[in-house]
Amino acid sequence: MYEFVTGPLAWLAFAVFFLGNFVRLVRYVRGLDWKLDRVAYGAHAAHGARGALRSILFWLIPFGTHSWRNNPGFTLLVFTLHVGLIFTPLFLLAHNILLEERWGFRLGSMPGWLADTLTIAVLVSAALLVLRRIALPEVRLITSAYDYALIGVAAAPFLSGLIARYAYAQSEFWLIVHVLCGELFLVAIPLTKLSHFVLFFATRAQIGMDFGIKRGGMKSRGLQW
Amino acid sequence: MPEGKLCNRQPVTTLEQLQALLADKGGKQYYEEMNRLEVDDKALWDLVQRTCKSRIRTWLEICTHCGLCAESCFYYLANHKDPTQVPAYKIQSTLGEIIRRKGRVDNAFMQHTMDTVFAKCTCCNRCAIYCPLGIDTGVMASYTRGLLFSQGFTPWEMKIGSGMHRVFRAQMDVTTEDWVDTCQWMAEETAEEWPGLEIPIDKENADILYTVNAREPKHYPEDIAQAAILFHVAGENWTVPSEGWEETSLAMFAGDWEGCRQQVQSVYDAMARLKPKRMVVTECGHAYRATVIEGPYWAGLPTGKTPVETLHYVEWVAEALRTGKLKIDPKKKIKEPVTYQDSCNYIRNGGLAEAARYIMSQIAEDFREMGPSREHNFCCGGGGGLNGIGRYREQRNVGLKVKRDQILATGAKLVVAPCHNCWDAIRDLEEIYRIGIRWSFLKPLLINMIEVPEHLRPAEE
Repeated sequence: MYEFVTGPLAWLAFAVFFLGNFVRLVRYVRGLDWKLDRVAYGAHAAHGARGALRSILFWLIPFGTHSWRNNPGFTLLVFTLHVGLIFTPLFLLAHNILLEERWGFRLGSMPGWLADTLTIAVLVSAALLVLRRIALPEVRLITSAYDYALIGVAAAPFLSGLIARYAYAQSEFWLIVHVLCGELFLVAIPLTKLSHFVLFFATRAQIGMDFGIKRGGMKSRGLQW
Repeated sequence: MPEGKLCNRQPVTTLEQLQALLADKGGKQYYEEMNRLEVDDKALWDLVQRTCKSRIRTWLEICTHCGLCAESCFYYLANHKDPTQVPAYKIQSTLGEIIRRKGRVDNAFMQHTMDTVFAKCTCCNRCAIYCPLGIDTGVMASYTRGLLFSQGFTPWEMKIGSGMHRVFRAQMDVTTEDWVDTCQWMAEETAEEWPGLEIPIDKENADILYTVNAREPKHYPEDIAQAAILFHVAGENWTVPSEGWEETSLAMFAGDWEGCRQQVQSVYDAMARLKPKRMVVTECGHAYRATVIEGPYWAGLPTGKTPVETLHYVEWVAEALRTGKLKIDPKKKIKEPVTYQDSCNYIRNGGLAEAARYIMSQIAEDFREMGPSREHNFCCGGGGGLNGIGRYREQRNVGLKVKRDQILATGAKLVVAPCHNCWDAIRDLEEIYRIGIRWSFLKPLLINMIEVPEHLRPAEE
């Protein structure tokens, strides 16, 4: 079973993940239409590129925009969550050992204490973001079961990872649960709104080009995000 | 009844249709007919499929429902943080539903959608700069207005407004003759005080083609005279076109995209006919947005730019002050505290915050920024056509509270508002809330403080 979930099933999950995200990006870009969107993407590529880069960069910096600064607690949680979600699985020692064993390469690994800290940080920030959704009326109204489910899908590999590492260190069952959770997460990214993993860059680039080309970018130093 | 006599899916294209709508005071019959208007869901879904591509679909799909857009919306703030005023909610429960239901929506839903995208959103686009994913609910609300318009669900005044553009190529019933007469009348009257002043009509190869808001010839002809005085003093070689002089677009507020195209095409045709070096647009925000920012796309111009370079009035004033074409008499600068209303259309969506700042630095001794200001400023409350829709007057008036509080916080009693809609909204907020402020366009202020060269001075009595 373990061989299967870390073998063919892992291949499948990674294939869906990479191919799916690629398709999402390509479909997004192909669906852009200068006439319908009313943005001359092609005619002013330099202004567009500048607008897109600014739009992505400022939003990737914690407290880099008005919106992030206006909501410091939320900003902290969002950045903590995303840093943990991305870096922990990439640089976890166990993952890299497995990676080398199966596919013959590794990415380098982080110390165990850091991985543990990040994992706990992911779980705590996910829990606090769920509480925020429940507590704030303006967020509660727009939150659906689907939103909660996706937070669950994202947090599950981390929770099951902790259990597999500490609570039931010798249990193959928990290890398999953990791998399955990870694979579910990978597959869910291109197939759900977790696709903002790649589409964040696409929509940010688009609105950056929109403001950079059409809405003032050619007559100012650029929008102060 | 599938379609009404007044409320139907056909845009107004004749004077008779316009007159019938205007005769229906307050749109009483129009809205009664709307209650029985059938939705052609097949046509609606067909339109969505043809026009709703990856940008809007992705926005709707990946919105993480984080709620950061809430506090960016002045309606949310003005309505005691009512969660139903959160931009994400407003658009997901309207456009989002239309797409989820593949266009199969009923009359009540369409009216709910109309009430939402007209009375709860002025398309100010402020939420777009507060969303981590760059989701622009204003763009989607405007798109939804277009879907509604195609089905006949548009406020009475918007149906009339779009019809005016299609019939008169102006937002009001101002004919070419009316316009030319008004210019000649203003030129004659003003030349008595300003010898040599002219309002040249249809002059070819001028440096500046000046275009206006139809309200100016219709209700405020002195605005045209003031523009003429300032061009005269600045020594500009300018002209107005006899046709294609109207910059505004109620068709844009209505979502009548073909009407929008026809309107801006008339201005671009004037450019082609008169071959000016540049065009200057009067002190109006949505006029600039329509004809300069969005217009090239409606007209299918792949550069996304107007056929000749175009300046908003504040750009021309800033340039005239920088180059010394207009000089301010230091003794006549505004001494009292004064603030500036940043229009969403030419500041947030047009990038002209610096030009406005430069002007204020030249004309005011105690300029006070609103908080927030520049691209982050709040809508005046009257944008997106809201000033002119009787059905939503109450909601508009509630929305004005945010601007009221912003102005009060500056301590200024004078608000410079170089935008017709902002100007109206601020006038109305004073009428309703009585906070003791005055408001003004730039032109009358400038005329009182410019230095007039000797040879242009008004004749002595």
